[in-house]
Parts: sequence; C-alpha cells; structure tokens
Amino acid sequence: MCIVVLMISHTLLGLLESGPRHGYDLKRAFDDRFGKSKPLAYGQVYATLSRLLKNGLVEVEGIEHGEGPDRKRYAITAEGITDVAAWLGRPEKPEPYLQSTLFTKVVIALLTGRSAGDLLDTQRAEHLRMMRELTERKKGGDLADQLICDHALFHLEADLRWLELTEARLDRLKAEVAL
Amino acid sequence: MTAAPEARSAAPHVPAAAPAQLLVARGLRKAYGPTPALEDAAFEIAAGEVVAVMGPSGSGKSTLLHCLAGIVPPDAGELRYQDRDMAAMSDRERSALRRRAFGFVFQFGQLVPELTCGENAALPLRLGGVKRREAARRAAEWLDRLEVGDVADKRPGEVSGGQGQRVAVARALAAEPRILFADEPTGALDSFNSERVMTLLTEAARESGAAVVLVTHDARVAAYSDREVVVRDGRTRSWATA
Ligand SMILES: Nc1ncnc2c1ncn2[C@@H]1O[C@H](COP(=O)(O)OP(=O)(O)OP(=O)(O)O)[C@@H](O)[C@H]1O
Ligand SMILES: [Mg+2]
Repeated sequence: MCIVVLMISHTLLGLLESGPRHGYDLKRAFDDRFGKSKPLAYGQVYATLSRLLKNGLVEVEGIEHGEGPDRKRYAITAEGITDVAAWLGRPEKPEPYLQSTLFTKVVIALLTGRSAGDLLDTQRAEHLRMMRELTERKKGGDLADQLICDHALFHLEADLRWLELTEARLDRLKAEVAL
Repeated sequence: MTAAPEARSAAPHVPAAAPAQLLVARGLRKAYGPTPALEDAAFEIAAGEVVAVMGPSGSGKSTLLHCLAGIVPPDAGELRYQDRDMAAMSDRERSALRRRAFGFVFQFGQLVPELTCGENAALPLRLGGVKRREAARRAAEWLDRLEVGDVADKRPGEVSGGQGQRVAVARALAAEPRILFADEPTGALDSFNSERVMTLLTEAARESGAAVVLVTHDARVAAYSDREVVVRDGRTRSWATA
C-alpha cells in the first residue's frame, strides 16, 4: 500500500510522540508498520526531520558522539503534539473519483464504435484478479496486513460494482453520448 | 528450419498435464416456456478447482448450476461427468450420482424444519447408507468445523440465518462430495462471516480435492475462487487464470 508523501511527515511525528528516537530507529519503526512494500529512503527521513525541526515540531534531545553521520535523538515538542492531534482529528476528504479514467475509456469506446462491454469485462477480470491476490495475501498476513488488504479489497469491490452497473446501463449511455 | 540444439538436448519438456476435467458442459440451452434462461452456456471444472459463477440477476446463474448438477434437464447441449454423458443416464442413475458425488448449498429453505441442525447435517450421509451413529459423528465434526457445533440440537427455525447457512455448508461437506454446488452460500452472512465461511469451505474443498461451483454476487467471496465464469443473458464467458 503506498502512503501519500504528505502523510509521511505526520506519521513520523506521530511515531515520535510515542517516544524519542534516532533517525534510523524512526525509519525502522515506520517501515515495520506501514512501509512493508515500500520502505522509506533515509534521505526522506532526514529531510522530513530537518523540516519538522525548523518548524519547531521536534527538537534534538541529545547527540551521541560516535561513528555514523547522525546520532541525534529527536523528540516531539508540545507544538508537535498539537499538530498530531489536529491531523488525527481532521477527517480525510473522501475522494469523489468523478471522471475516472475508466469512465472516460467507456465513453471513448462508445464514441468510437468499439465494444464498451468488452472493455468493462476485461477490467472486471483484472479487478477480480487483484482481489484474489489480496485475499491470498490476507491469509498469510498478521492483523495489520489483513486490515490493509481489506481496505484495498473494499475499494476494488466498489469499483467492481460500478463496472457492473455501467455494463447494465451501456445501452442508455450509448444513446446519451451519441447526442 | 531446425530447432536450436540446446532445445533438443534439453530434458524432454513434458507439458504440465491439463487437469482432468470432472465436469464438462457445452452448448447448454434451457428455456422456461418462452423465456430463454440459457442460450449457449459452456462450463468445465477440474477436481480441486473453485470456480465462481458471476453475472447480473436473472442472467441464468442458478439455471446453469441446476443444469450442471443434473437437477434440471437442459433442452440441448452436452453434459459429461467424468466423461460420462449425463443425458444418457436414467433418472435413477442421475439421482444416484447426485447423492453419491454432488453436494448442494442453496440460499433458501434448504434445511428440513422438523429435524435438528445435527440431524440435518447428517441427512445426506444417512441417505448414502451411512449408519446413524457414524453419520451423527461425522456431521458433528463438520458442524464444529463450521463453528456451529453449539446449535446441533436446535431446529432450523431456532437459529439465525447465518448459522443456518453454516449448517447447510457443513451438511454439504460432511458427505465429502466430488463437486459442491453452492448458490449464494454466503447470502445471509455479513462480510466478516462470509469470509470465514469461504475460508473454511475452500480449505475443506482443497483438502478433500473436491471441486466447488460457487454462484455469487459478492466479489469478495468470488475472490476465494481460482477463476470465474460470467453469465450474461444466458451466455457464459470464462477467463483463464493468469
Ligand atoms: N422455474 C422457473 N420458471 C420460469 N422461469 C424461470 C424459472 N427459473 C428461472 N427462470 C427465469 O430464467 C431466467 C434466469 O434465471 P436464474 O434463476 O437462472 O437467474 P440468476 O442468474 O440465478 O438470477 P439471481 O442472481 O437473481 O439469482 C430468468 O429470466 C428467470 O426469470
Ligand atoms: Mg439465482
């Protein structure tokens, strides 16, 4: 599951709220929980930390002198905690997905005299293939993995329902787009 | 031209044997009076396979299932079970085949209301000639496996829709069918329980090498299958597994 870049900074901050950490530990904590299929790059972690530092959301709690470029321990500030609370309290904007690629493809197929039914069928098969993969992955996964897969599965299912509904209304849609 | 030498000297390439098809149907047609329910349906399933049958309401999924299971005779087409022509069988042979080799899970009215859930689950075994005590023991095992062991002594009218459906699945599996025909077997279940039942059902089928024909509207349930067949206006369309 890919996590939106914008979210990374809040997530790292949230992890720091559970206890101060070195940059490297922070990356590991992130990867273990959220980045299994897409680990964070070190550069990204340090860039994010220096931005958070500049904005006063974290502070350096101590520096250990030893080998390695960065042995700084970062801790969240009171402002940082307020920021995490605000982020968690703010609902995410539900994506309307209007004018999705799929809808566009269906209309173009109809306008160009191709089979929109075939297009929808092929897409449906691809969605189901993906759902099978996730279902398989869920069987071997821990609870966090299962919930991540379930989230994706429910979204794919919603798409699939849309594909079926559109299939059932193709004749009407064809009449409309021909106008 | 000639094949590359490496290819020739390589160990003989044995193509993975196509799985022996347990049930094969071609060109099935069925009309109810003037209403065509199946126009030209094809289907095949191998031992151990789970195939989802999907498609809009009224497209002919249940009719296909009933034809495949020998419950409803098709008007035309070919239907072979283990390479035996089902149309050529007598009614008696067909019902013996159904009893011996097929299991069924339907959405509605499938449990006998006068019997307890335990007796219901044991019924196909009893009909197959298994002694009462042995049938009861095996039925109880399957009820436990489907996590409804605690309703064994209740009648179907006294259990929830979802529990009843699990009892029906246990009943179908207890007789260890070669093919399990299931028409919306999770229709009365919420999505958590649907998945639980599908996990148990597919596990049990894989263990015993049974094939499962699974009619479902629910894509999350269909995701437990190996591949799907889509029925639209009585015609089938299959997708090969990737
Ligand atoms: N016993 C029957 N007598 C008359 N018509 C029938 C009978 N059974 C089915 N039909 C008709 O045959 C067509 C296919 O029905 P079928 O029950 O196979 O659909 P289905 O795909 O299973 O639908 P659903 O998803 O709603 O269960 C429909 O038009 C239906 O009205
Ligand atoms: Mg039906």
